[in-house]
Amino acid sequence: MMRRFFDSPYAVVLVLAIVVAVLPLLLPSLFYLRVAALICIFALVVVGLNLLIGFAGQVSLGHAGFFGIGAYAVAIGPTHLGIPPWLALILGAIAAGVVAFLVGRPILRLRGHYLAVATLGMGLLFAMVFANESAWTGGPDGMPVPRLVLFGWRMSGPWTWYWIAGVTLVIGAWIAANVIASPTGRALRAIHDSETAAQVLGIDVARYKLIAFVLSAVYAAVAGAYLAMFDGLVTPEASGFLRSIEFVTMAVLGGLGSTLGGIVGAALLVLLPQLLTVFHDYEHIALGLVMIVVMIFVPAGIVPSLANLLGWRKS
Amino acid sequence: MPEFLQFAFSGLTVGAIYALVALGFTLIYNASGVINFAQGEFVMLGGMVTVFAHAAGLPLPLAALTALVTAVVIGLALYRFAIEPARGASAVSLIIITIGASILLRGATSIVFDKNFHSLPPYAGSAPWIVGGAALLPQSLIVLGGAAAIVVALWYFLTRTLTGKALLATAANRLAARLVGINTNAVVGLSFAVSAAIGALGGILMTPITFTSYDSGTLLALKGFAAAMLGGMGNPLGAVVGGLVVGLLEAFSAGYISSSYKDAVAFLVILGVLFLMPQGLFGRGGVERV
Repeated sequence: MMRRFFDSPYAVVLVLAIVVAVLPLLLPSLFYLRVAALICIFALVVVGLNLLIGFAGQVSLGHAGFFGIGAYAVAIGPTHLGIPPWLALILGAIAAGVVAFLVGRPILRLRGHYLAVATLGMGLLFAMVFANESAWTGGPDGMPVPRLVLFGWRMSGPWTWYWIAGVTLVIGAWIAANVIASPTGRALRAIHDSETAAQVLGIDVARYKLIAFVLSAVYAAVAGAYLAMFDGLVTPEASGFLRSIEFVTMAVLGGLGSTLGGIVGAALLVLLPQLLTVFHDYEHIALGLVMIVVMIFVPAGIVPSLANLLGWRKS
Repeated sequence: MPEFLQFAFSGLTVGAIYALVALGFTLIYNASGVINFAQGEFVMLGGMVTVFAHAAGLPLPLAALTALVTAVVIGLALYRFAIEPARGASAVSLIIITIGASILLRGATSIVFDKNFHSLPPYAGSAPWIVGGAALLPQSLIVLGGAAAIVVALWYFLTRTLTGKALLATAANRLAARLVGINTNAVVGLSFAVSAAIGALGGILMTPITFTSYDSGTLLALKGFAAAMLGGMGNPLGAVVGGLVVGLLEAFSAGYISSSYKDAVAFLVILGVLFLMPQGLFGRGGVERV
């Protein structure tokens, strides 16, 4: 019973919705709510990225580029162009999707490590533009982001943003579950197993890889816009190489190919620095150690390995 | 013309360092299939340990030797404690491990030493020679000469010694290498040691020119990786050419276009090359088994 329940991608969405709804009742202070909001925002990126890496099997070391597009859209739109923040958010997500569509075709022809270096270069290019076009972006110091105003309400504070990010995460996970359960999801998995075999079976490999790439870019852009509006500030680091690495690490630590895994991975990497603030100087050492140790002992990621251990899932 | 020469000199100097980093990537990749993102950290260690050993009173050659040995020990430890236990893990997992190792090394360096920028006095004076109207620093020649010597030594080691041939054999086919009696584990460990040594030497050579700090390895690893891919992953000659090309591209685009976009031009060219030649400049097309 348990096993069949957890095999369905929709089960995760249901569990997630309950957790998101109940969590605020259990959290003792606004500080924790703020951390929970951050986890939801990062989990959103990872749920999207998981479609690309976990299902289609295409590594991207440059998704912070799309994260940055979303973040700078809600900063530049209202400040320089007079676009209301909510519209800037939507336009930013569309822009990231269009950019992903345009660069996706040539980039996704590459395989393995060549794809990794190409996506890495793409991410760096965005970060460089954000850092250098100071007239628009405020340069390396970044720029302030106006508050989101919806129906006359000013959206600010951990409480509001927890609900915005939490509900979006549930919707995002639901969309991802739909994709995974659809023929597109099966095509992506076939590509993951073997591109050539998938092609022989008549799957339009380039098209499905592009779908996963564009979808994951839009997820990242929305999350980027949320984080920028939540922080009220955006800097080029939003699209830096380390951000991209952080996203991939979250996806891999939690477990590739598992939506729940992505969320657990995001929670782990957001919580870790919060727990380690006491040992401020040793934060990097601890982070590096966690990455190495998890990958050595549970190479499949935390959630799939745990599910296996508890006998919830066939290997 | 003097301008052109000036940019060429600085491009070749930086490019030689990128070439060394790319060579380190290539060696480890060939022997083990691992992309070692901690490669830049070896360069950083080479510079930082030399600086601090020198400051502690050791003469420069001894300080450089200390740095070299430190990097090799850390390279071996990286293989023994992080890569070997994870055998059979996917390529992405291995990338995460090496990135974890580089974050760890950076953190440890910032605690053991500090977070400031450091430099070393030039090894052969700082008075530039004027060549064709352009200034050529003696240190640039030392970097170029040193890098060339390392490449030749590596070539000799790989093609003329039994151990080096064992490394090439392991790269070509691990199982076959084991069948003819090669201890492939030791060989892969050796590739980490040699890569660490090459990286550290690069760091020792370049520190008088470029400054070093605990976090200077990241960008070097990215450039070195890009250079290795540009040349075609797994091809030592490609790595050297790729490194020099990336260095020259950077210098010329900084000089003629915009210094704030010099990294962008290098990566744009790399993207362009990969779109036209998906296996890099010198890479061979692979055959996929279905």
